[in-house]
Formats: sequence, structure tokens, C-alpha cells
Amino acid sequence: MNYLEFEKPLAEIEGKAEELRAMARANKEMDIEKEAAALDRKAEQMLKDLYKDLTPWRKCQVARHPDRPHCKDYIEALFTEFTPLAGDRNFADDHAVMGGLARFDDQPVMVIGHEKGNDTKTRIERNFGMARPEGYRKAIRLMDLAHRFRLPVITLVDTPGAYPGKGAEERGQSEAIARSTQKCLEIGVPLISVIIGEGGSGGAVAFATANRVAMLEHSVYSVISPEGCASILWKDAEKMREAAEALRLTAQDLHKLGVIDRIIKEPLGGAHRARQETIASVGRAIEVMLKELSSKKPEALIRDRRQKFLDMGTKGLAA
Amino acid sequence: MNWITNYVRPKINSLFSRRDVPENLWTKCPECGTMLFHRELADNLNVCTNCDHHMAITPRARFTALFDGGIFTEVKVPEPLADPLQFRDQKKYPDRMKAAQKATGEKEAMLVAEGEIARTPIVCAAQDFSFMGGSMGMYVGNAIVAAAERAVALKRPLVLFSAAGGARMQEGILSLMQMPRTTVAVQMLKEAGLPYIVVLTHPTTGGVTASYAMLGDVQIAEPNALICFAGPRVIEQTIREKLPEGFQRAEYLLDHGMLDRVTHRKALRDELVAILRMLTNQPPAITADLPAPEPQETPEETTPEAEAPAESAPAQAQAEDAKA
Repeated sequence: MNYLEFEKPLAEIEGKAEELRAMARANKEMDIEKEAAALDRKAEQMLKDLYKDLTPWRKCQVARHPDRPHCKDYIEALFTEFTPLAGDRNFADDHAVMGGLARFDDQPVMVIGHEKGNDTKTRIERNFGMARPEGYRKAIRLMDLAHRFRLPVITLVDTPGAYPGKGAEERGQSEAIARSTQKCLEIGVPLISVIIGEGGSGGAVAFATANRVAMLEHSVYSVISPEGCASILWKDAEKMREAAEALRLTAQDLHKLGVIDRIIKEPLGGAHRARQETIASVGRAIEVMLKELSSKKPEALIRDRRQKFLDMGTKGLAA
Repeated sequence: MNWITNYVRPKINSLFSRRDVPENLWTKCPECGTMLFHRELADNLNVCTNCDHHMAITPRARFTALFDGGIFTEVKVPEPLADPLQFRDQKKYPDRMKAAQKATGEKEAMLVAEGEIARTPIVCAAQDFSFMGGSMGMYVGNAIVAAAERAVALKRPLVLFSAAGGARMQEGILSLMQMPRTTVAVQMLKEAGLPYIVVLTHPTTGGVTASYAMLGDVQIAEPNALICFAGPRVIEQTIREKLPEGFQRAEYLLDHGMLDRVTHRKALRDELVAILRMLTNQPPAITADLPAPEPQETPEETTPEAEAPAESAPAQAQAEDAKA
């Protein structure tokens, strides 16, 4: 288990309980169950207290937790017959974006998402979930395919942002993101997006310009990372706590602002503590959202999606 | 020495104060260091007369130079909610806004206008980099939507001059949502079959480049303009190597197939007119002065807005041909 900085006291208690149990296993005569159970109770209470009112910056940390379920985990658990489709037909296949045909509840769909990887090797291979232009162009191709064959599109968003690299810029990062957003607005099939971790700026918008956008309880969605915002506006990257606060990047604030449609509850202690449970909740949310859109005609889907984004921003936090 | 202070100085002072003299008569070109007289610089559209360096130009100055006779009508932009997030960094967002408004004399970072260029009716939007870095918040989003709607209503092309550091952080997620919003605006033009020309000026970066500024039917940039998504500094920090000369500049993007043209500001107007008239299937613009219209030839046109000037131009062209 990887502990976050603010979970340190919790790590201590859980570590002690684990130590006791290990000792008991080595020495059968010791009776430690009572003590261990007390520690467990204490740990649970602490977890409740910690997660009751997570500050925006802590939410950012939870959203980036290395053990948090990633796109690949969701696809493996929630979809069947997943058939990855690769390449942008121009330059390369971007491994930071995975996508392909799959069945959700037997219904054929197109699923696309950012994948961060879960160990050093896969993280490098996936470029930490930071897509290059090829990733967006692959997504455009897949969305187009879905549109032509009338398949709903489900996108899973989890990216720190677009990759700030030399080649990515040379090959038209901005244009690729702009076209991907445009494609999202053009397709006559239901488009559902779930922000499962980090919704980083333009890289997220390129996938999340959807009919329905849901967010996991402790995920974040923002125009800029708190660190980036702090270094520009506070001239001090260490002010990320203040920046996270000011940016209103939590699911709760975004729901109030009308930017997202639904919040998916996470288990106590965040998605990384009960991965399967989290994945199942996301599955149920996708099912509900798909059902809401299933009877809509292609024109209505396009029209509603556009209107939704045109109307956005008319209500502030106070409303 | 008393008589000098008492007599000479007041005279010189009053001589200057009586005229309306701008505070800075001279501007130093940031590129070559040449001192440029303000009037000369303004006549040259803020382009250095020595090295052709393109300096920033306000939307108002640009429109005055662009539209026929400097005449244009502003298009009203719906007011968005002020400070929706109650954002506060080291300063409060409303205070930053007030300071920017005072410094620029403008309400916000984008100006939208309708008018004619070489008798070609257009709607035009220009972003103001001097207003909080031209950043795209809800007002800029509203301005682009309003410009597109006006262009569709009048059946005119839209010309957009971009200049921005990116999305306006002080509006958080709502500034990010201007990316899809402005993309919807571009789609309105596309569906109405109207040309959408983007002129990228220095600098155009971030979420602005990754939405409406890269979706033009024709993409033109001013020389040496920085155009990118992630800025050069961020990239250097990420990849830890020196970037090539001219990286992310207009000419570099042209080489990499991201732009149609890089055009000098002085040549831009003619080029826009040529492109717009070809895309909308109109005869070439008349470059010479038009003959004074004879009284009986100019009855009050009753056809609404768009068609009137478009049709009158060829009619007059024929008239001129006949005389020749």
C-alpha cells in the first residue's frame, strides 16, 4: 500500500497492527488479536476523519494516487470482448491513449481513455497518461468510426494534460486537441465521459466534451494543475494548496457550477483502498447514463450536447 | 539665475502642456533597438520600420486600419457572470479586472465588429493581448459566440485575430469550458457555409490555440508570432534540452504544415480581401479609387445588410469598365 503524505499517521497505526499480526504468526502463543482489533478501529476512525472533508489539494493527491484504478482496470473489469484499435494512420500509435471496440452489458460500444500505467516500465511506455497529437488523432478516428456504425462512445479521462514535448508541438498538439473537441461535438451517438482521476486541461476537454460527464468523488478537473497555477499567479509553485483551493477543481464544486452531471461516490479512503468496489460504481453510473441517452435521435444528441456547452457558465457557485 | 526659472521655464512647459502630447513619443523596437517615432510607428501598423518586427497592436487600432475608412460597428457581447468562482490569488480577480480595464481603456480582452474591407462585408473579432494577456474567459467565449451568430445572421465571413496566453485561470474550469463553447461557434459558421479565417498574432498559446484559433478554414500568421500549446519554457523543463532556433514561431509552424501562410501585417488586408472574395465567389476587389457615385445611381438600397454592398461593388466595377 502506498500512503499519501497526509495519510502518514494512518500508515503508522496500520503498520503497527500489521507488525503485531506478523509477530503473532511467528509466535503462536502470543494473543494480540484484541490489541490489533483496537488499532484497526482507530485506523478506521482516522480514515473517516481524514476523508470526511478532503481539501482540494488532498483531493489532487488522491486523484493521482499510484494505486488508483486506471483506464485499463476499468476496461478489463467492465467491458467484454475489448478489441484495441491502434494508430492515427498518420504517424504513430500513442500508448497514452487506449481505445477500441468492446461490449458493455453485451451492447457494442467504443471505449477510449487515457492510461497512466502502474509501474515504472508501463508508466514510461504510457508516457504517464500524457497524450501526444497521435493520441487525439486516434481518438478522432475511433469516434468517427463509432459515429458511422452507431455505437455509443464512452471515454475515461485520466491525464495530467497534453505532453509538453518538442515533437508533440511540431506535429500540431493544439490542432489535434481542437479537432478532437470538435469531433466530440459532431458525433450523432451518445457520448459519455467519466473522469476517473485527473482531468488535466485541454487533454481532458478533448475527450470530455460529452452528453454526460461524471466524476469520481475524489477526482479533479481543472484548467491548469495547481502547481502550474501557483507558479504563474503566486510566482511560487509551493503555493499549490492555495491554488487548488482557488481553482474550484473538485467534483463537488464542478457539480455546483453545472460543468459535470454526476458524482460517483468512492469507498471510504478513496478508490485505491477498494478498487473493485469503485470500478463497479463507475459501471453502474455508465449504465444509468447510457440508458438516459438510449432513446435520443442522433440530431437531438448533437443539438443537446452543443446547447449544454453553450449554456455553460450561466450559473456561478452561489446559485 | 532667477529670471531663467521665472521666465523661460514656464514658457517651455506651457508650450508642451497646451498640446496633447502622448507620454512616450518614442518607442524602442524590442528586436533591433531602433527608436521609432510614435506617429511613424502607428502609420506602419506597429511594425518596426527598420527590422519589420511586429509589435502588439490593439484591436481598435487594427480595426481602424482594416475597415474601409476606419469605420466599423461594434457587435454587442452578452455580459457574463462576474467572478463566478470568487477567485483570489495574491489579488482578487475583480481588482485585477479593474486594473486591466483602467490600463487598456477596454472592457475585456476581445473586440467584435462588423464592417467592410474593400467593400467586402465581414464580421471581425480581435483579441487584446494587453488585457490580462488576452486570456480566454467567459467574456471572450461570449464574444466568439456572438461574432459567429452575427456572421451567420448577416451571412458574412468571420475573420478572427487571436492573441492570448491561453485560458483565464481566474475563471477556472469555466475558462476551460470555453474550448468546447468556441468550437460550437466555429461549427455554426461551418454549417452556414461561411468562411472562417484565423490570423494568429504574437503570442497565441494554450487553450486558445487548442480551440478556435486552430480551426480556421484558412490559417494565417503574422511573422515571428509564437504559436503553441505548451510554451517553450515548459518544454525545455520537461525534455531538458535546448530547443531549435525559431521553434514554435510562425515560420517554423509553416514549415511543419500547421499554417497556410505567414503574412506581413502591411500585406494582410489585401490578402484577406483576396481570400474572402474568392471563397465567397465575388469578383476581385477594386483597388483604385471608385468614381464618385452619380446621384441617380445610388438609390437607398432596401435589401438588408449583407447583400447590398456585395452587389453594389461589381455593379460599380462594371460602370467603371464601361467608362474606360
